[in-house]
Amino acid sequence: MKYVDEYRDPHLIRQVADEIRRLASPGRHYRIMEVCGGHTHAIYRFGLADILPANIELIHGPGCPVCVLPMGRTDDGLAVAKDGGAIFTAFGDVMRVPGTHGSPLEHKARGTEIRMVYSPLDALKLARANPDRHVMFFAIGFETTAPSTALTLLQAKAQGIANFSVLSNHVTIIPAIRAILESPDMRLDGFVGPGHVSTVIGCRPYEFIARNYGKPVVVSGFEPLDILQSILMILRQLADGRSEVENQYARVVPWEGNLTALKVLAEVFELRPYFEWRGLGFISQSALKIKDAYAQWDTERRFSLPGIRVTDPKAAQCGEVLKGVLKPHQCKLFGRECTPESPVGALMVSSEGACAAYHHYVHRKGAVAAAVA
Amino acid sequence: MCLAIPGRLVELPAERPQFAIVEVAGVRRQVNIDLLSDEPLQSGDWVLIHVGFAMSKISEAGAAEQTRLLAMLGEDAAAMEEIEGYEFGPRPEGWAS
Repeated sequence: MKYVDEYRDPHLIRQVADEIRRLASPGRHYRIMEVCGGHTHAIYRFGLADILPANIELIHGPGCPVCVLPMGRTDDGLAVAKDGGAIFTAFGDVMRVPGTHGSPLEHKARGTEIRMVYSPLDALKLARANPDRHVMFFAIGFETTAPSTALTLLQAKAQGIANFSVLSNHVTIIPAIRAILESPDMRLDGFVGPGHVSTVIGCRPYEFIARNYGKPVVVSGFEPLDILQSILMILRQLADGRSEVENQYARVVPWEGNLTALKVLAEVFELRPYFEWRGLGFISQSALKIKDAYAQWDTERRFSLPGIRVTDPKAAQCGEVLKGVLKPHQCKLFGRECTPESPVGALMVSSEGACAAYHHYVHRKGAVAAAVA
Repeated sequence: MCLAIPGRLVELPAERPQFAIVEVAGVRRQVNIDLLSDEPLQSGDWVLIHVGFAMSKISEAGAAEQTRLLAMLGEDAAAMEEIEGYEFGPRPEGWAS
């Protein structure tokens, strides 16, 4: 098989897959959520669903920043550039996210000043180089990227750069998981915990899931073997009647997280009372707002934003896919009106989005399955 | 954005303690190392980089594994584009670019 050589330890993968098959009780249907979009990407890329027994279903979680961002926020950011005269800067993932009147990239083509950056520090540098212009950084991401935005704001303050601000769309993963656990139509048996988010927050914040909801959580690496091992660890817990937080990715994720990053986050950000997520609705204390001490660098306070709630195009079923109610290909627009080249919904934009990952790799289905057969 | 890029620290300039020079597949760029202020760092160490910031110190084997993973996911070109795209650091003459 074409991809067989790419996998580390195919023998070990086969062993883990056998053990999973042995442990999965035939009369039971398992629903396991991988929280992180990076895992979703890897699961599709490696066709992992195909080597699991049919009664283990992987549900794709909310851990794709551009996927959960409601369209109104993109509109707000674009308004700062269009009406406020600022230079809009953002990561590449944001550039193709649809707003009501087109994506940032389409606005750029129409003459709005929009620049892609690879780091928030590049946005700050742009502000230093253009003292007569305002530069806004449209910040997205979970705890993986929020510390970098926080450190950039610390630098802006230390260097007294007045023509720079951040539109914070940073969200936090724990309240989203809690909302999913509280959702009546969401019956899950366990969680594959995010890898890089956990390098910042550590493993302790997941303990309530095990303790209060009785669900296993295994923080996982991104290789096929990592993900399969994590699923096996979840099945072992379920078979033993345990629910614990385990760290499969201990080679990168410290149990306590990155204390410096957490300190920097606490210095610059506070929790918003509530924030809207695509598909999950309003979730209380689920997003980061810039603290008063940094108000001068907060786009929301320096510009008046439209702040209009915008619903997704009616035919797009991003919300249902995000909640795991529909698989990507079950959306009416999938692969027809909505493709990675011309995305209608945000889940088709980022490689971490379930729809883009599914679309990209569906033709490779079975690569791993064949490799380990 | 979710996937980190492994890089090797090649220089920790004394005059700019917040920053280090990393090398990723022959390309050298400056990254911020504030988030690793609790870690003893030296030239030759490997780190995982997100959006211009070193987030974790990892082993050489861990770095090789992450490099392979990026290639397997088809994200290696995008990762190099990101590293090459960092504008905030100096790029003295003679650096590979």
